[in-house]
Amino acid sequence: MLSAYREIVKFLLLVAIVLLLPLLIQEGYLLNVMVFVGIHSILALALNLLLGYAGQISLGHAGFFGLGAYISGILTATYSINPWAAMLAAATLVTLLAFIVGFPILKLKGHYLAMATLGLGIIIYIIFNEAVDHTGGPSGLSGIPNLSLGGFSFDSDLRNYYLIWTFTLVAIGLSLNLVNSRIGRALRAIHDSEVAARVMGVNARLLKVQIFALSAGLSAVAGSLYAHTMTFVAPASFGFNFSVELVTMVIIGGLASIYGSLLGAALLTVLPEMLRAFQDYDIIVYGLLLIVITMFMPGGLVKGLPGVLTALRRKAAKEESGDA
Amino acid sequence: MLKVKNINTYYGKVHALKNISLHLSAREIVALIGANGAGKTTILNTLSGVTPPASGSIQFEGEGVNGLAPDRIVKIGISQVPEGRQVFKGLTVADNLELGAYLRFRSRADRNAIKLDMQHMYELFPRLGERKKQMAGTLSGGEQQMLAIGRALMARPKLLLLDEPSMGLAPLVVQEIFAVIEKLRQEEGTTVLLVEQNAKAALKMADRGYVLETGKVILEGAAADLLESGETGFKTEG
Repeated sequence: MLSAYREIVKFLLLVAIVLLLPLLIQEGYLLNVMVFVGIHSILALALNLLLGYAGQISLGHAGFFGLGAYISGILTATYSINPWAAMLAAATLVTLLAFIVGFPILKLKGHYLAMATLGLGIIIYIIFNEAVDHTGGPSGLSGIPNLSLGGFSFDSDLRNYYLIWTFTLVAIGLSLNLVNSRIGRALRAIHDSEVAARVMGVNARLLKVQIFALSAGLSAVAGSLYAHTMTFVAPASFGFNFSVELVTMVIIGGLASIYGSLLGAALLTVLPEMLRAFQDYDIIVYGLLLIVITMFMPGGLVKGLPGVLTALRRKAAKEESGDA
Repeated sequence: MLKVKNINTYYGKVHALKNISLHLSAREIVALIGANGAGKTTILNTLSGVTPPASGSIQFEGEGVNGLAPDRIVKIGISQVPEGRQVFKGLTVADNLELGAYLRFRSRADRNAIKLDMQHMYELFPRLGERKKQMAGTLSGGEQQMLAIGRALMARPKLLLLDEPSMGLAPLVVQEIFAVIEKLRQEEGTTVLLVEQNAKAALKMADRGYVLETGKVILEGAAADLLESGETGFKTEG
């Protein structure tokens, strides 16, 4: 009971931070960075459910993200359908697609699963480029409308910030519920030993496909949000590199940790912006930082940071007593 | 209770079980013994649906079981303690036990019953009770074995399939675990099919036994007779 209470307090704290952050940062550029942190958090969260909890890798999640963005974009820009309906359609279609392809793909394990999902992501990427009549090809699709509620249009940085983070917070809340439930336990059991989970009565095959579909659907929602906030999509945002970046976010933040996904997404979104000062060398510094983090915090930021903090505090305390 | 007739199981092209037949009555403890690669584990995996048989029939309480998925088989009352324990290392002891009751989570009454059953497991294995919140991966080998048995019992099985509970454990711990198995039969009437390499210890506890060699039953009979005959084809000390 106590732990449930603490979970709620932690979550409310996050809600408060999200609500109050715009008081500190009013600059459009920074708010825009935070919008990306929010979208990336949803994606990292979606992938973490699959990778961190169920232990199944996907190197094709940028594809699901892109599908969400393009389905939303095409339905609204080309067919003038209501953006909310388009978002719902994108989420439903991608979930269904993932459910269907999930059955054969998730029979594979380890490297083979990585290869299959990689292939899936690349196929989707090629479609974005080649179906020029619908997607606009490599030059992208523009004229995607913003989301709006009644007459209220989410067309400014601040409005988008609150829109995206509402979705992010809901996604976090739902994920927390899921992973702390009986299903969450079963997912972690599959991760540890699939055979043992099966003889405990867990329908591992179905559950893996279900979590894959959920993860893809959630990524598609992030894609829709991306399309409607940027009002423009191009294939370059949904390539293999981005799939790898998502996996990096999950691992750097912490596998099987909801708040870890948030930290990982935040770090990998904010870091490149901060490293602009290094100009052409930014990618080297970025790589070095990632190596250092994985070396010294193998459990990810969420497990590593508290350790670093206590070490620093202990050191400070020691120095103080040494001085006295 | 359980009737297995002429089952054949393959791993790809490897013919792992050749026309195996065996039977268990209610409240019986039956041992399957044999050397490495004899097919003992495969029999359990075939019964639990992990490696379904290519041919033959399995009847549990008069119902056909072959071809059912593992989760359905758990539901009708057969639970397996897999080889090498395979506890969920990243989950706490309590979570492991709750997972054993995975298919029972439905109503409020179920939940209360599950809580009571967990208490019962802690009484059966007091050491688990002391380590409720500990990660299963940090338990000793014997404790992990107890947890694996407790986890399987949480499904309230009528038939318990035990795969080498003595593996890698000190003799004293093995005695302790075997004592619990006998207690289960006496107090709850659990039927047990036990796979063991430690033939002597297994046959001492069991009512009957089957001796396997390269996928075939080569000998069967009362445990005491098997123990005495020593014709089991391999060393029985251990």
